[in-house]
Amino acid sequence: MTYPPGTLIRNTTAARINHWITAGCFVLLVLSGLSMFHPMLFFLSDLFGGGQWARAIHPWIGIVLFVSYAALIVQYLRDNMWNRDDLAWLGSIRRVLANEEEGVPEVARFNAGQKFVFWSMALLVPVLFLTGIVIWEVYFSPYTTIEQQRIALLIHSLAATAAIIVWIIHVYAAIWVRGSVRAMTQGYVTPGWAWRHHRKWLRRLATQHSGKPTPRTPGRV
Amino acid sequence: MADLQSQDYIRRSASTMTPPSIRDHEREVAKLIDVSRCIGCKACQAACMEWNNLRGEVGHFEGSYDNPLDLNPSTWTLMRFTEWENEQGNLEWLIRKDGCMHCEDPGCLKACPAPGAIVQYANGIVDFISENCIGCGYCVKGCPFNIPRISAVDHKSYKCTLCSDRVGVGLEPACVKACPTGAIMFGSKSDMTTWAGERIEDLMSRGFTKAGLYDPPGVGGTHVMYVLHHADRPSLYAGLPDSPHVSTYVAVWKGLFKPLALAGMALTVVAGFLHWVVAGRNEVQPADEAEGQRVLHPTEDKR
Repeated sequence: MTYPPGTLIRNTTAARINHWITAGCFVLLVLSGLSMFHPMLFFLSDLFGGGQWARAIHPWIGIVLFVSYAALIVQYLRDNMWNRDDLAWLGSIRRVLANEEEGVPEVARFNAGQKFVFWSMALLVPVLFLTGIVIWEVYFSPYTTIEQQRIALLIHSLAATAAIIVWIIHVYAAIWVRGSVRAMTQGYVTPGWAWRHHRKWLRRLATQHSGKPTPRTPGRV
Repeated sequence: MADLQSQDYIRRSASTMTPPSIRDHEREVAKLIDVSRCIGCKACQAACMEWNNLRGEVGHFEGSYDNPLDLNPSTWTLMRFTEWENEQGNLEWLIRKDGCMHCEDPGCLKACPAPGAIVQYANGIVDFISENCIGCGYCVKGCPFNIPRISAVDHKSYKCTLCSDRVGVGLEPACVKACPTGAIMFGSKSDMTTWAGERIEDLMSRGFTKAGLYDPPGVGGTHVMYVLHHADRPSLYAGLPDSPHVSTYVAVWKGLFKPLALAGMALTVVAGFLHWVVAGRNEVQPADEAEGQRVLHPTEDKR
């Protein structure tokens, strides 16, 4: 992949492919899952060839997403570690929401909102995976009691709802902050974008002269 | 049967609209199983297989009279045998015909996500319309009596239909027809309740002071009822639930949470849209680009 001269690599090609596999799985899971959640959304199962197909394919897509998100965690974990800057940034969240980012504490590669999305999913995806296994009737129903399956179903739907809400926030934020979608499709951002939204990250890139989106901070290897 | 249209539904799974229900002038029916008159001959089991054309795989002897050992997709009714030593030290052989209880408030129907896969007719019978079944197993979680079984072959859920096809044309269920002792009776629910009262009186006069009718209110009553000699302890009879009710987990999931979850998702979308309208998009300005260049190329800046 070649990037336009003068731009900064925000997400590597591998990370982008990884992201879009996860995203595709997530959308399919939302559609098939909601078809089994609310009667008014049962029509969504037609997208999969009917209710039996939606029911049958949903857990398999879930496995792909679980593996895919695990790989995303590996790639994005280091830049999503919580630190003191995040609290300061959260303190100015009103200015951020009002698009008045001047004076907002500088953040590195990810701000607290992005970290919230990362960690929410890092928690919810394993919960959905584990409860999903329990309610995967075809293969796993003999291994748990019906009472455990009832609890798993309730947790699965709660976690799924939370994940969908986080996902809506994630998608909206990407549309709202211009340049973000391109950062995940074509992989690059302009220096101005980095200056405006991730100034610490920009400064680090500048001092490291790194061609990668995740330069090590001085003193850390 | 699916070719004949039903216009006597009082409940239909995963449906937000009133199901076709104009032909509702029907008496509620009930099957009354008088445990005290059952001799454990399994004629009901055989009749069920015969009428419904069910042939399960031949299993193995498991050291129990229960045969097969459990309900399965081709065993919709099953005699369960319990040997119980009573307070006087005497053996009581408690035999219960297990199968769908046809709850007035069916947990399976409440949990089912497939529109029209589970219906309840005006006569109270709860029926699985298998062509609509998606095989998810939610009915298994909804059922307080552990009755539905999912077929590993066609991924459909199966259980006793109360011979809805026979009842629909004025016949009694096959098991009732076959019972040689009159332990299984069928009729209107009120008639069966009256009849049960006479039986209970008789049992009481013979020393079963705790005899009673099993028509559990936790599920709104059932359309399959038992006369038990020990109605104070239903669980003696191979684990018949003492006070069955639809699980709270299922009730929360299918009750309160379902609309709340959709509302939560919709509100998040609306909040996003309102933010778009009020604050608008966050765009990089030419000044930002200049600053960005300055950070990346500080030397050029000094020049």
